[in-house]
Amino acid sequence: MSAATGIARGRTGRLLRRLGFSGRALVIAVPVVWLLVFFLVPFLVVAKLSLSQSAIALPPYLPLVEWDEGMAIITLNFGNFTFLLDDPLYINAYLSSLKIAFISAAAALVIGYPIAYYIARSPEGRRNVLLMLVILPFWTSFLLRVYAWQGFLRSNGVINNFLLWTGIIDQPLVMLQTNFAVYLGIVYTYLPFMILPLYANLVKLDDSLLEASADLGARPLSTFFHVTLPLSMPGVIAGFMLVFVPAIGEFVVPELLGGPDTLMIGRVLWNEFFSNRDWPVASAVAIAMLVILVIPIMIFRRAQAKEEAL
Amino acid sequence: MTDTMTVTGAAALAAAARPWTTGTERPFVRIDRITKKFGDFTAVDQVSLDIFKGELFCLLGGSGCGKSTLLRMLAGFETPTSGKIEIDGQDMAGIPPYDRPTNMMFQSYALFPHMTVEKNVAYGLLRDGVHKSVVRDRVAEMLKMVQLHTLAGRKPHQLSGGQRQRVALARSLVKQPKLLLLDEPLGALDKKLREETQFELVKIQETLGVTFIVVTHDQEEAMTLSTRIGVMNAGRIIQVGEPPQVYEYPNSRFVADFVGTVNLFEGRVIEDEPDFIRLAVQDLPVTGEGSGAASAGGAGQIYVGHGVSCTIDQPLWYAVRPEKMRLSRHASDAPNSYPVWVEDVAYMGNLSVYRLKLPGGRYLLASKANLSRYEEDTISWGEHAWVSWDDTAGVVLTQ
Repeated sequence: MSAATGIARGRTGRLLRRLGFSGRALVIAVPVVWLLVFFLVPFLVVAKLSLSQSAIALPPYLPLVEWDEGMAIITLNFGNFTFLLDDPLYINAYLSSLKIAFISAAAALVIGYPIAYYIARSPEGRRNVLLMLVILPFWTSFLLRVYAWQGFLRSNGVINNFLLWTGIIDQPLVMLQTNFAVYLGIVYTYLPFMILPLYANLVKLDDSLLEASADLGARPLSTFFHVTLPLSMPGVIAGFMLVFVPAIGEFVVPELLGGPDTLMIGRVLWNEFFSNRDWPVASAVAIAMLVILVIPIMIFRRAQAKEEAL
Repeated sequence: MTDTMTVTGAAALAAAARPWTTGTERPFVRIDRITKKFGDFTAVDQVSLDIFKGELFCLLGGSGCGKSTLLRMLAGFETPTSGKIEIDGQDMAGIPPYDRPTNMMFQSYALFPHMTVEKNVAYGLLRDGVHKSVVRDRVAEMLKMVQLHTLAGRKPHQLSGGQRQRVALARSLVKQPKLLLLDEPLGALDKKLREETQFELVKIQETLGVTFIVVTHDQEEAMTLSTRIGVMNAGRIIQVGEPPQVYEYPNSRFVADFVGTVNLFEGRVIEDEPDFIRLAVQDLPVTGEGSGAASAGGAGQIYVGHGVSCTIDQPLWYAVRPEKMRLSRHASDAPNSYPVWVEDVAYMGNLSVYRLKLPGGRYLLASKANLSRYEEDTISWGEHAWVSWDDTAGVVLTQ
């Protein structure tokens, strides 16, 4: 603070101002530079890759720009993108990813809403403890936790052993390497991201609105659907998007818990890049996914803006 | 003009009815020894109260006196720790808010922010499954009554405080409740709007014949609105009465002090006769005119022109309101007359309030109505004067 004013007042400050810099610009510059270097530049690299020709070389693609007698020849190859449309694998992978992400987000919403509601309605002292419990899993590595689920879901895992022991089943259920395991893994992993924005919204809910609703003759369930739920919509959308968006590109969970037929775009991308060594197609897959993701992110942003306006 | 005439006419009618004076009519709301405890704290302590149909009853008290808790128990938001509430002959124990014949107007208005004015007002009717076309008509009628029909499509955040207040009122009245509970209904309005709305509220109450229970901390509001006032303190009802009764005949120091402004003296009975008593008051100067000056032991005296059941030497309090006092340049022949020094004069427009210092150092407040626009030679600050009051001006208090 004092350093900043020092700069602004000093000779350098005057110089900076004459060059068009202000204190505000300097503060904003840090995240802007960060995003430029670590987001925009890599993105442009990937975009460039997606438009180049695959080749058996090192690196495994042909350069985009060739110099021939002082003239730049730019070869743009849109074939990678048309290839994505031609091969049903990619479209299926995209659709399957969207479906898995959507169902997972919906399941997380159904599970997370009552939890968030319960925490928000708890006495103030208990809320922080409950929130800690929600965040607690983050203290362990995500990879480790997903591995742990393998131990639970295996044929001779904890759950099957327990059910066999109680005699409810007489042979183990196949849970690992199924879509069920993928849903479970995603919902488990992303549940805090659903609960936290929902909690932040529900905790602001004015008690007197619920009382007013009851006073006007609405039973508790009716109050929930007519007052609580509509007012928590920004939180619902925020939570949904925070689960849905990263779940689309999820790689670890389908890789570790899913079966060979679990088709998700993250896995396709991995295979394209590391197994096929087709960097241009892998880049095209990544760019297409980004475009698909931008739309839900924009919806999320609008929901956020709406909540701020309230 | 016609509005005020209807109001006065209706008030006169209501005054003529006054079922609480006859004792023959069955009370509409019966609160029977209600107690509410929050942990160790007793918010409402053994309150009993009968309220009659068509009344506009004000619960008056400072913050934390339990008036809101009492109202919330009537609405069903709080369960009494002990005691019984009956509304229209029906015991309210175990009946949830949504099944009670009451509606409440919240202090914060509690309008649903995601609904338009129209939807807010329609909410209660729709939850009851009233047919849509009926709802539309009733809502339109209600909005017309509170003069908001042009703003039906607005959201609450697009309204001013006064408009929100009227939406809240319309919403709580649209179901035609038997009993309307109002929690500080005018608290958020500015003075001018509050005065207008007070009359509007009384008018609506008279036309619809709904019983109102209003919670307020504003004694002026309680005086203007109510048929009767219940003054509360520390979870108990201290006094119940019509506004003039509470103002002119307070039953305790608390009521005298809380309702209006008052000069309070602590005294001791030195003469106890069937038709008058005399008090010795340390704070007052000896004027030498009263008899029995010796028994006052150097203290000033107050002469009370009616009998009081008391004994000699019993400590009593005497309360006299500023407007009952007279100020003059010379000692008057009124039974209670004392020399004072005018320390300050506050000109309020309709009246002037004088801050007077007694020789002993104690301060008094006296007020004078400004009857004419120009007065020659009025008593002003920095002058010596005499303050006096009649032997019936004040009230003797035993608690």
